[in-house]
Amino acid sequence: MINSIVKKIVNGDPRDVARLIRDIDDRVPGTRDILKALHKHTGKAYIIGITGAPGVGKSTVVDQMIRGLRTNGKTVGVLAVDPTSPFSGGAILGDRIRMQRHSLDEGVFIRSLATRGQFGGLTQSTRSIIDVLDAMGKDYIIVETVGVGQDEVDIARSAHTTIIVAVPGMGDHIQAIKAGIFEIGDIFVINKADRPDAQKMLDDLQAMIDIAYKKFKKESWKPPILLAEAVNNKGIVELLNEIEKHRKSRRSLSRQAIIGHKKALARFELIDMIKSRLVEETLKRITNSHEFREYLDCIIDGTMDPYSACDDLISAKLNFFGDGNSG
Amino acid sequence: MSKRKHIKVLISVIGLDGHFTGAQIVSRFLMDAGMEVVYLGIYQTPEMIVNAAIQESVDLIGISSHASNYEQIGVLLDLMKKNDLHDIPVICGGTIPKQHAEALIKRGVSKIFPPQSTSESIINYIVSVVKR
Repeated sequence: MINSIVKKIVNGDPRDVARLIRDIDDRVPGTRDILKALHKHTGKAYIIGITGAPGVGKSTVVDQMIRGLRTNGKTVGVLAVDPTSPFSGGAILGDRIRMQRHSLDEGVFIRSLATRGQFGGLTQSTRSIIDVLDAMGKDYIIVETVGVGQDEVDIARSAHTTIIVAVPGMGDHIQAIKAGIFEIGDIFVINKADRPDAQKMLDDLQAMIDIAYKKFKKESWKPPILLAEAVNNKGIVELLNEIEKHRKSRRSLSRQAIIGHKKALARFELIDMIKSRLVEETLKRITNSHEFREYLDCIIDGTMDPYSACDDLISAKLNFFGDGNSG
Repeated sequence: MSKRKHIKVLISVIGLDGHFTGAQIVSRFLMDAGMEVVYLGIYQTPEMIVNAAIQESVDLIGISSHASNYEQIGVLLDLMKKNDLHDIPVICGGTIPKQHAEALIKRGVSKIFPPQSTSESIINYIVSVVKR
C-alpha cells in the first residue's frame, strides 16, 4: 500500500501528489509512514523561498520566474502559502490568479496552502509538502510566503536561496530592519521599480547590506539588490541569474562549511519537528483532562490565578516537568 | 470526506465571462464560514478549472455564470468525468434561466443557486454535500 503510493508519487502522478498533500495538510493519520518511505527520494530539487509584505508582487515575480525556468527546460513546483483568518479559520487562496498562464503546463505543479494557525506546525507540514514535490521530480520548488509571522520567515529561511521582495514607498529603511526579515535574504528584489524612490530604496538597502557584510566578512555571498517590474517581466532574467550564482557560490563553499550548514539546517528541522509533536501531544493530554476544565472554572470564579493553574496542570499531567517553578 | 476537518472549495468564473463580483462575494462569505477557498478568477476554461481542482484537491467546485455560456459548464462536467473527478460536486450560481438550469442539473450539476439565494443556503448546502 505505502510502496504503491510512493511509486506513484515518484512517477509524478499529479492526482496522487495532490491527495497526499491534502492528507499532510489535514494531518490524516498514517501520512507520516508514507513520508518516512518517501524521504529517500528527496534531496534533488533546488528550493527557493520568496517572501515579503502583502501586495509587493511576490506571486507575479513567481509567475515570471516559472516562465524563465520553463524556457530553460526546468520543471517547477510552487507552494503558495496564504494566511488563514484568525477569526473564521477560513482563507482565500488567490495566488493562482497571477500564475494562470502555467495552469495547463504539465511541467508545473502549483499548490495553495493556508497557514491554519497550528502550533508551529506550519513549518513542519510545509516542509513535508516540499518533500513531496521534491520526490515527484520537480527541478525547482518555489515556496511563497507572506513575510509576517515567525513561521513564514522560518519557511523562507530553510530554502536554498531566499528572496526578499519589497516595493518603494512603504516607509524608510528603518521599516525594513524592523520587519526582521532583512537578515535572511540572499537576494533582494525591489519590485514595481518604476515607482518614485526606487533608487533611494536601493541605496538605503545597499548601505544596510554593506554594514552587515563588513561585520561578517567571511561570508562569501554578498546579497545583490535587483530592481524589477515583474508585471512587465523586467529584471526577472537577472533574478534567475543571481539565483544560479548563489547556487554556485553554495557549491564552492568548503566541505566543512557545507557540512556545517547542513548540520545547522537538520538540527533546526529536527527540533522543529520534535517541538510541534510535543506541543500537539502534550496540549491534547492536558486540555482533554477534567482537571483542565476544573481549573478553568476556578480561574473564571476568581478562586485561582492562571499562573498557579498552569504550574499545577503541568506538574500533574507531565511529571517530568518537576515542580513547574523553573520558568 | 468525513475525515477532513477543513472544507476546501474552488470558486471560478468560466469561459468568456468577466463578471467577478458574485464569485468574489461568495468566496468572501465562504471564507468567513471557515472554508478554504481557492479563487481562480475570470476567463477560466474548463481545462484550467479541472487542472486546478486536481492540483488543489478540492472538495467542491463552484462556478459563477453571468454570460449565457452554459455549454462551458457542460464541457467542464464531461472533462471532470474523463479525469475521474465525478465525486467532486459542482454547484453553480448567477443568472441561469430555469430551462438551462434544469438541463445542467440533468447533466450532473448538483445544485444551482439563482439570484436572491442567501449566503446561509449556499454555506449549508456545501457543508451538507462535502461532509456527507
